[in-house]
Amino acid sequence: MKIQHSASERHVLTIIVDNEAGILAKIAGLFTARGYNIDSLTVADITENHAVSRITIVTNGPPAVIDQIHAQLERLVPVHKVIDLSEEGPHIERELALIKVAGKGDNRVEALRLADVFRAKVVDTTTQSFIFELTGTPDKIDSFVTLMRELGLVEVGRTGVVGMMRGPNGS
Amino acid sequence: MAEEKSGAAILVESLVKQGVEYVFGYPGGAVLPIYDELFSDKRIRHILVRHEAGAAHAAEGYARSTGKPGVVLVTSGPGATNAVTGIADAFLDSIPLVVITGQVATNLIGSDAFQEADTVGITRHCTKHNYLVRDPADLAATIDEAFQIATTGRPGPVVIDIPKNVQVATASWQDGEIQRKIRYSPQTAGSVEDIAEAVELIANARQPIFYTGGGIINSGPLATELLRHFQSLTGAPVTSTLMGLGAFPHDHADWLGMLGMHGTYEANLAMNQCDVMVCIGARFDDRVTGRLDAFSPGSTKIHIDIDRSSINKVVPVDLGIVGDCATVLEQLIAVWGKRKAADLSEWKARIEGWRARQSLAYPAESKSGDIMPQYAIERLFALTREHDPVITTEVGQHQMWAAQYFGFDKPNKWLTSGGLGTMGYGLPAAIGAQLGNPDTLVIDIAGEASIQMNIQELGTASQFRLPVKVFILNNEYMGMVRQWQELTYESRYSNSYSDSLPDFVRLAEAYGWKGIRIEDQSQLDDGIREMIAYDGPVIVDCRVAKEANCFPMIPSGAAHTEMLLYGDEVAGTMEDEAKALV
Ligand SMILES: Cc1ncc(C[n+]2csc(CCOP(=O)(O)OP(=O)(O)O)c2C)c(N)n1
Ligand SMILES: [Mg+2]
Repeated sequence: MKIQHSASERHVLTIIVDNEAGILAKIAGLFTARGYNIDSLTVADITENHAVSRITIVTNGPPAVIDQIHAQLERLVPVHKVIDLSEEGPHIERELALIKVAGKGDNRVEALRLADVFRAKVVDTTTQSFIFELTGTPDKIDSFVTLMRELGLVEVGRTGVVGMMRGPNGS
Repeated sequence: MAEEKSGAAILVESLVKQGVEYVFGYPGGAVLPIYDELFSDKRIRHILVRHEAGAAHAAEGYARSTGKPGVVLVTSGPGATNAVTGIADAFLDSIPLVVITGQVATNLIGSDAFQEADTVGITRHCTKHNYLVRDPADLAATIDEAFQIATTGRPGPVVIDIPKNVQVATASWQDGEIQRKIRYSPQTAGSVEDIAEAVELIANARQPIFYTGGGIINSGPLATELLRHFQSLTGAPVTSTLMGLGAFPHDHADWLGMLGMHGTYEANLAMNQCDVMVCIGARFDDRVTGRLDAFSPGSTKIHIDIDRSSINKVVPVDLGIVGDCATVLEQLIAVWGKRKAADLSEWKARIEGWRARQSLAYPAESKSGDIMPQYAIERLFALTREHDPVITTEVGQHQMWAAQYFGFDKPNKWLTSGGLGTMGYGLPAAIGAQLGNPDTLVIDIAGEASIQMNIQELGTASQFRLPVKVFILNNEYMGMVRQWQELTYESRYSNSYSDSLPDFVRLAEAYGWKGIRIEDQSQLDDGIREMIAYDGPVIVDCRVAKEANCFPMIPSGAAHTEMLLYGDEVAGTMEDEAKALV
């Protein structure tokens, strides 16, 4: 007997929650306990009195599982709202990355040139290295990181995705 | 007028305010301040159990039989971890519990202090919600919200972890309305369009079926009445899950019996062949559906559930209605109006054909000459019927036989561990049910293996003078395990024999109970009558045929149409795919 796996879709979920102790564990734990995937997760409080947090989770799974994730999240008492950005329509996704590249000569020049093409900012420099700050869609960051691999990539740090619906309305 | 009170005192006041009459608990270091408050308080009765799992199950039994939330009080560390099985049980069966756990003082949390356990972490995924209260000023609002969460929407257990210093420290307490933000308000009514569509589908069905579950019981007695009323308008045949038994009368002409793995032939075939399935407060559990790709392939499915995550979780449905069973049934009845029931005679004739298979028939005599367990249940039902008893069970064959051969016609009379399938549930649940229903005959139908899992609770019943009855179908096997081994592993009975059993009659006597042994069919009726007549707790050790199996059965991985009935040839082995299913 072999274990079967099924095809999956990528979804970006925005979750508005009470900023209470254990809420992140509750949400992350729900994903583990029910066998859902987390590709990235970001969280920060977003109101003046620190009472509400916005969590963005990028997940993947078959459509039925995505629907379950949505429903299971909504079932949690401290969860006010779950928005499946991928389902709702046009939205913005952004991620920030710090990318350290070390090298000399042509590689160094090429790295700087590519950074310019990608509109990455240089936030730290030594004679042998740069740290680039890059904001964009996860794809854009992926491409940049792939290019840097050839040019002396040392390390990458990524924030994970935050997302928001386009247009005038709030979530 | 505001008064300064300790956290422990605020807790007790809050429980009184919620109308709590019983707290099922066990003391320990981290709850001593609360126990001291309870000492002089006559408003709440503390029921001292013998193990914290017993406290949680007793609270479940109380809740399930009365419709009120069950309250548990246990100490930190082992007190809390012992209660976890009961909490998980309540979570899967949607039983409203509020569980108060003591915790080490806030300044000790995280230091591996004596009897420290991360109770909130441990119970996170087996509670509907849980709290760690860090300030006595938050207690009143927290407890108020906990009761609301436990009892509304889809009911479930809520844990409130209270550090010892929070119990001792003081805060201002004010009698009267609790001020708090309402952040939990489940949807209870279906949308007008969905209700109209459902009525249309049901009215046009020629082979409808109502598939009902524990949600009807949880919704309250009104849901049961409305189900019966809506059924009388539509004429649809009714089946139920294990958890829903009692919502529809067992002797009604349109009652198909329980469905699923050990359901009747007519219930499972009707599910398979129906054109419109109306699932009311059930959740397409794997014990109900059998092989999913063969589950009722041709039907239009309507699913009514208070929990939106139950809809489309396992079986994709055509129309999902999020709402409380009673509210939605009321809406359906209103929209149905003066419509006439469709002519279902052809459908009912087919059902009669399936019924004629007599899937619950069993051999009148066992090979050994011992009492057939099915017969014992039939007699127990016949002789206790007029007493309108509450029945609890343990887990195993005896549980399924009780579901099959005991007839229920009222809600809240059937208390069993369905979702978690917890051996050891029945005795403490019977204790809780007896407290909630002091004048009712309460019987735990048990297996000799299961009963030993919480046997210590015999002492609780003795102490509180509770006349519960334990009726053990003693087959000297973990019968259900043995049955699976017979069907799947060529009768290699690995560790499923009940060796070194206690003498249950003497054990009963040791606890101050009455013990009765029934060894022969000729003693059965008298034994049962003696049990009923005795004004106090009784254990009946009813020896039954060891080799009896529970049929009908849909083996794991099989479809509803592939049921095994008594007398069918069984292969004794299974494909790996089937073995891997639960
Ligand atoms: C706590 C727990 N452990 C193990 C099981 C697995 N299990 C299910 S039924 C059963 C045997 C029950 O034996 P008994 O109580 O004698 O009932 P019988 O099937 O013989 O009627 C076991 C071990 C369980 N359901 N619960
Ligand atoms: Mg047994």
